[in-house]
Amino acid sequence: MLGAPFFQAMLTGIVTGVLIRYSMLKRDYRQYPSYPHGTTIHLAMAFIAAVIGSVAIPALAEKEFTAVTFLALAAAQFREVRGMERIMLRNLDRLNLVSRGMEYIEGIARVFEARNYLVMLTSLLVGGATYWGNIFYGLLVAFIAYLITGKLKGGKNIGEIARVREGKISFKGPNLFVDDIHFMNLGTDNIKNKYLQRGLGVIIEPFDDNARATLANVGQRMAIAHDAAALLGLYKDVDTAEFTPLLRRDLDTGRVGMVIVPIEKDIELLIEAIKKVPVLESAYRSPLKTIIGRKASD
Amino acid sequence: MELNKFILAVIALKPEKVGGCGAPIFYAENKEEQDKIATTLARITEGVVHDLENGIYIIVKH
Repeated sequence: MLGAPFFQAMLTGIVTGVLIRYSMLKRDYRQYPSYPHGTTIHLAMAFIAAVIGSVAIPALAEKEFTAVTFLALAAAQFREVRGMERIMLRNLDRLNLVSRGMEYIEGIARVFEARNYLVMLTSLLVGGATYWGNIFYGLLVAFIAYLITGKLKGGKNIGEIARVREGKISFKGPNLFVDDIHFMNLGTDNIKNKYLQRGLGVIIEPFDDNARATLANVGQRMAIAHDAAALLGLYKDVDTAEFTPLLRRDLDTGRVGMVIVPIEKDIELLIEAIKKVPVLESAYRSPLKTIIGRKASD
Repeated sequence: MELNKFILAVIALKPEKVGGCGAPIFYAENKEEQDKIATTLARITEGVVHDLENGIYIIVKH
């Protein structure tokens, strides 16, 4: 017969697991607008993860070995979470005026999977601590887990790897430039005037070679365009493809320029928005960590 | 590699500069008419107008 410590451990593990998931969900609002139902889905997933996690150590101690096999089951389940998010975001992305891009979607999907594992691990540790010690040990572990997940959930953002400043939009004939970076060829005067009146140009200057390689990634640039457009609004519809925000690379220096025609023409806000764009895990490059990369950089 | 850029139409001021087939060619009398045709076609086809700087506009689907 399972005793009271078992249930206490389980309950503490479940509650802390779900609470930690909820604290991580809040951060997702900007990256992935979490509708009431999106939140519900992920809290339900967190609940399952927490149950499985918190039950593991007490079950082992009570010699209920079958309970532990659920851990393996859970891992398979959470891989599906990733697949589910990926498919849904990819379907929605086709109807976005500025698409997020595959890299960004993969990043978000991976985050959802990883966070479920974090919940499971938290519940496992909290459940174990409560079972062997008492509820205070459990809460102490929960607090430490909260701090660690806080560190794990956040990645770098563009503002930390590059300087973002205003660039001047100009035309040479039909060719659109921001400072000296060429963007595209645009036909009619009407559209050129719209760009000169309403357009904003930004230059993103990488701090080092790592940042330069990261900014070269097309997926990372699509993510910047998507986030900037989402925050400032976009002067574009399906039949005005020429107002799609673009990011182009200066081949000589690795600087990246961006041109966008927002609804809210405010360069300060645009720069802030770009600085807050996350550096995608899959786009992050670090050539400077190798000897070859360091030698090539000087 | 997937081919995903297409020239949908050509709007020309000088007939001698264009030829062949593939995309429909529209001749314009002057720059004003050329701009007007280009804008209309771009809206309809959801394409972008590009200027080849020799009196020819092309509409490209990106």
